[in-house]
Amino acid sequence: MEPPRDNSIEAHELVREFKKGPRAVDGIDLRVEPGEIYGFLGPNGAGKSTTVHMLTTLLPPTAGTARVAGYDVVKEGPKVRKVIGAALQEAALDPYLTGREHLRLQMAMHGITGEERQRRSDELLMRVGLTEAADRKVKGYSGGMKRRLDLALALVHRPRILFLDEPTTGLDIQSRTALWVEVGRLAKEEGVTVFLTTQYLEEADVLADRVGIIDHGRIVAEGTPEQLKAEIACSTVEAVPADPDEHGAVAAVLERFGEPTTGFRPGSIAVQLASSNGDLAEIVRTLDAEGVRISHLQIHDPTLDDVFLAKTGRHLEGAGEQEGDQEADEVRESARA
Amino acid sequence: MKGGPLLQMSTLGRRAVIRTARQPANVIFPLIFPMLLLAVNAGGLKAATSLPGFPTNSFLAFALAVPFVQGALLATINANVEFARDVQTGFLNRLALTPVRGIVLLLGQLGGLLTIALVQAGFYLAVGLAFGVRLASGVAGALVLIVLETVIVLGFAGLGSWAALRTGSTEAVQGLFPVFFVFLFLSSMNMPRNLIEADWFRWVATVNPVSYLIEAVRSLVIEGWNWEAIGLGFAAGGALAVVGFALAAHALIRRLERT
Repeated sequence: MEPPRDNSIEAHELVREFKKGPRAVDGIDLRVEPGEIYGFLGPNGAGKSTTVHMLTTLLPPTAGTARVAGYDVVKEGPKVRKVIGAALQEAALDPYLTGREHLRLQMAMHGITGEERQRRSDELLMRVGLTEAADRKVKGYSGGMKRRLDLALALVHRPRILFLDEPTTGLDIQSRTALWVEVGRLAKEEGVTVFLTTQYLEEADVLADRVGIIDHGRIVAEGTPEQLKAEIACSTVEAVPADPDEHGAVAAVLERFGEPTTGFRPGSIAVQLASSNGDLAEIVRTLDAEGVRISHLQIHDPTLDDVFLAKTGRHLEGAGEQEGDQEADEVRESARA
Repeated sequence: MKGGPLLQMSTLGRRAVIRTARQPANVIFPLIFPMLLLAVNAGGLKAATSLPGFPTNSFLAFALAVPFVQGALLATINANVEFARDVQTGFLNRLALTPVRGIVLLLGQLGGLLTIALVQAGFYLAVGLAFGVRLASGVAGALVLIVLETVIVLGFAGLGSWAALRTGSTEAVQGLFPVFFVFLFLSSMNMPRNLIEADWFRWVATVNPVSYLIEAVRSLVIEGWNWEAIGLGFAAGGALAVVGFALAAHALIRRLERT
């Protein structure tokens, strides 16, 4: 019997082990609802790309199950591929083809021909802002243009589910924002389910309806950005002493107000306030009374990085860069292995 | 309107041709290099035609077979370097995410390569004719020559695609270039096998399938219809094509580990 048609993504105890490495994905469970934008947030090497490769049928899982649009990713790979679109981590484009030629090629692979091809091509080029550059070779495109073309290519066959693997990495803020707008529109207006991996907190915060935070192949937290931040509840105060010798004195003052945590700035002291209504004025008064001088004092509302920090003991930025390289290599090498 | 495997194949082949055409070095070098080598050999080895038993008075006509094999090798290397680059950059993954079947992907790639190689072969033939070579087998022989060239190209192309898919490395495919050329130089490219004096060289040339490819082309140019040479050429090329294609298909399955 044909499974029910839906646009959801489900994974249960999904595992991928590489021969010479650790478990890149170590038993993840997730469910993405139809029409939802799910942000898969984690540092380099956390297992994001490996998960995407499994969900898009490019990599068989070592264990566990996953269903995309109701189809089993292992047993029904061709059916999954028919209903998904994917823009993988590297915008894999042919530098010698034009944008329009890429679209023509992609549509031919999906069996779209004739007037429909022309119409869809023009529509997508306009939507991603590449109409003027359509007949230029891709080797002359900027990083942002390549990413936008990559997105257009993922959309040629009107997929019900879209996988975007770090779609804005390396892009300037303008290109990033333009891509966010388009992804948001796809979900809102066309009901496309979006599975988006990112290492940018802001991206997950702004774009995702729900966020899964992954580290070392495991989902360590999941929920809406608001829910996750509410779990942390308390703000963080961070201070940088004017005189580095006063580091201890500043720390002693701040620790009266909360638990020490990792600061964002070099040489800073940070504490997570004990109550959600931490009084910055009181902290300033106390520091002044103790006679310590501060060059920088800041209060941070809880962010997804605080959530990551609370769950893993590390900040998201800079975490796992070596693992990231290893994961990318392993995904690339997997077929060879 | 929906297209099928034929549309997919022709589009992939078209892409391979466009990509080559837009890289002048990949167009000019395979046309010029074999012609230069032909000119050098035709000038320098002309005296060989006075050896007793040499099959023709024109070394140019004798050596014209070599560019056909050389051109097939160069087209194979260039096209498969690009194929390996598709693996490296993830372009192959992009294609793997579409409904295209692996066999169609491979045939599209080979189709593009074949088109390029046949255009090159037409150029070599035209140059040969322009410099006074007359095909002993006539117009029909030219047609057979094109079919034979197709088989030769497919023979090398399968092996090249296998290397590209197996290694996913442009450097590894480029590394095939000297290997292929060793086979070319250890063949009967410059001397009929029965006139090769060194026993070891004659033996190597006899077991080297490239000798049979060259001799089949050569027979159409200087002899006419030597069915034994033609048959051996088709057999050697066909065997290479079957083995190469089987290896490439297997490597593609492993490379596209999609479920």
